[in-house]
Amino acid sequence: MPMMMLRGNESTAYAAKLARVKVIPAYPITPSTLFPEKVSELIANGEMEAEFLPVESEHSALSAAIGAAATGVRAMTATASQGLALMHEVLFIASGMRMPIVMAIGNRALSAPVNIWADQQDTIAERDSGWIQFYAETNQEALDLTLIAFKVAENENVLLPAMMGMDAFVLTHTMEPVNVPDQKDVDEYLGEKKINYPVLDPEKPATFGAFVFPEHYMDIRYSQYIAMEHAKSVIDDAFKEFEKKFGRRYSKVSGFMTDDAEVILVTMGSITGTARETVRKLRERGEKVGLVKITVYRPFPKEELVSITRNAKVVAVVDRNVSPGFGGAIFTELVASYNKEKRKPRILDFIMGLGGRDVKIENYEQVYDIAKKAKRGKFKEINWIDVDEEAVKEVEGSI
Amino acid sequence: MNYEDMEFFAPGHRACAGCAAPIIVKWALKIAGPKTIVVNATGCLEVFSTPYPHTSWRLPWIHTAFENAAATASGIDAALKAIGKRDDINIIVFGGDGGTSDIGFQSLSGMAERGHNILYIMYDNEAYMNTGIQRSSSTPFGAWTSTTQVGPSKPLGKEEFKKPIADIMAAHRIPYVATANPAFLPDFKAKIQKALSIKGPKFIHTISSCTTGWRHDPSKTIEIMRLATETGIFPLWEIENGDFSKIRITYMPKQRKPVEEYLKPQGRFRHLFNEPEKIKEIQRMVDEWWARFEVKS
Repeated sequence: MPMMMLRGNESTAYAAKLARVKVIPAYPITPSTLFPEKVSELIANGEMEAEFLPVESEHSALSAAIGAAATGVRAMTATASQGLALMHEVLFIASGMRMPIVMAIGNRALSAPVNIWADQQDTIAERDSGWIQFYAETNQEALDLTLIAFKVAENENVLLPAMMGMDAFVLTHTMEPVNVPDQKDVDEYLGEKKINYPVLDPEKPATFGAFVFPEHYMDIRYSQYIAMEHAKSVIDDAFKEFEKKFGRRYSKVSGFMTDDAEVILVTMGSITGTARETVRKLRERGEKVGLVKITVYRPFPKEELVSITRNAKVVAVVDRNVSPGFGGAIFTELVASYNKEKRKPRILDFIMGLGGRDVKIENYEQVYDIAKKAKRGKFKEINWIDVDEEAVKEVEGSI
Repeated sequence: MNYEDMEFFAPGHRACAGCAAPIIVKWALKIAGPKTIVVNATGCLEVFSTPYPHTSWRLPWIHTAFENAAATASGIDAALKAIGKRDDINIIVFGGDGGTSDIGFQSLSGMAERGHNILYIMYDNEAYMNTGIQRSSSTPFGAWTSTTQVGPSKPLGKEEFKKPIADIMAAHRIPYVATANPAFLPDFKAKIQKALSIKGPKFIHTISSCTTGWRHDPSKTIEIMRLATETGIFPLWEIENGDFSKIRITYMPKQRKPVEEYLKPQGRFRHLFNEPEKIKEIQRMVDEWWARFEVKS
């Protein structure tokens, strides 16, 4: 298992190589362009055998990936932000047709205003598209989770596409030491792609993408919903098997110093590292604070999140996204996850780091201060951290 | 091998009586044979041939969306290449004029530029018929559609000219581009055959009457499509490798019929007969196109 210095985009390109992906249609977009570049290089050097399609748009990239997956081969693409938004229509088609495509995303802000930096709005906006969603904290995770994504997507009880998000630049363009698994081990982990669904084959003609009336449409949607429910345990199994084979441990949510924590931060993606550092510092000062990292966002790890946060007094959710008119997505779903519980902690939302704004230790300390004060008395539900409230108020007025 | 007595497009589909699209599909597939994968853009054909759980397709068939049939086919081409099955399987795309000339044009152009081994057949019924006769870039000058309504302020119907999609595809310098008309069946079949014998991207533009949108009696489909070519409005030609200087006219009318004969039986052109100078304009445009092929007597 060689250690290599890899950027996030290279991690996912190596994952494509190790997974022996056969067709890779892709279109350049910052910050994921290095993925098709690296794939093109690996193919040119004879290190990788795959058909690379330099298509004319992201819409076509995913459409071609569906064509390839429907022919029975492993297909992967990569994109970000506007590119993912352009794919919106095709995302639903890929999941509706149950194509186990994997896509690496450089999580980036959506226009307008145009911005190329880290933000999870792009994938969060696609949470209803029927794709499994993983989020990496490091480039090692980006590689590992891409392999795991294939394992889960191709499981015959799932057969759903999966996306693996990594924050723009912080991961996509930053070199980190990455343990690149041996081909033999990955072959054993993933196996030859099993054709466990009908494919486009003149020997066995089948119709894909038929016109479906109300008497059947809803049942087909229901089967998709069930498949996503199945993904919950399939992901756990894929994580376990991965740990056995490669020694690195993953779980849908992972806690850090949560056992006696009165305040728990919840994060997703690369900003988790700084949060962990902040928790360490606060613990030194005797503060009862912990951290929960979300690695799988779809299917949403309801039970796991409730079970790990239920004894806290306050849960401070960090959302690198926002739904104007309500709040952040993780906050919304965590609150909903407590529906069946008799008691729940106070849950606060912190909108942070949009469009690449740095999330620093001092920002997390501020989050902690607000959360700690919210243990009793009144509290503000949705909190924007590190914005110039006065300047915005001058233009938009106060709420 | 000859598959003409086999049917790859099953009867019982839900096309309107008199629709030309099933004729085009049926004959194209008889030429292509069983080792064929079909990709279909959203449109009438997709809707009337696959009312779940039924299908008219006795070949592998896929539909994903409206504007991406060429991209979907590109992925199939790449996948077949990757598994070493590329040589003996045809890939045929069927798209309407909207799904090809308008919303699907980008992915079609990309497919052509990348050189995929695919035959793209556009069945041109000259408007968005599936959604109810809205104009497309392929709607001809002077046609009524539900979005080029005719009234005192707009006596003409569509005021713009038809997009020359086959010329545009030929300008991509792909190996083979042709226009075809199922009313001229031997020519139609020969072109499908020829296209499938050539590697790389191929494009065939076929006229496809829509009795509902063109407003003619369902029994007149073949007759009216034949008039389209006999009047010279829809000439039949082929161009290889984008060499316009070597365009080959595959049907040369002995004496072109006046355009009125094609326009008259179609309700969509009825209003033009109150605007005789517009009919003259159409005749002039057709004459201009033919001028370089016809020897003046």
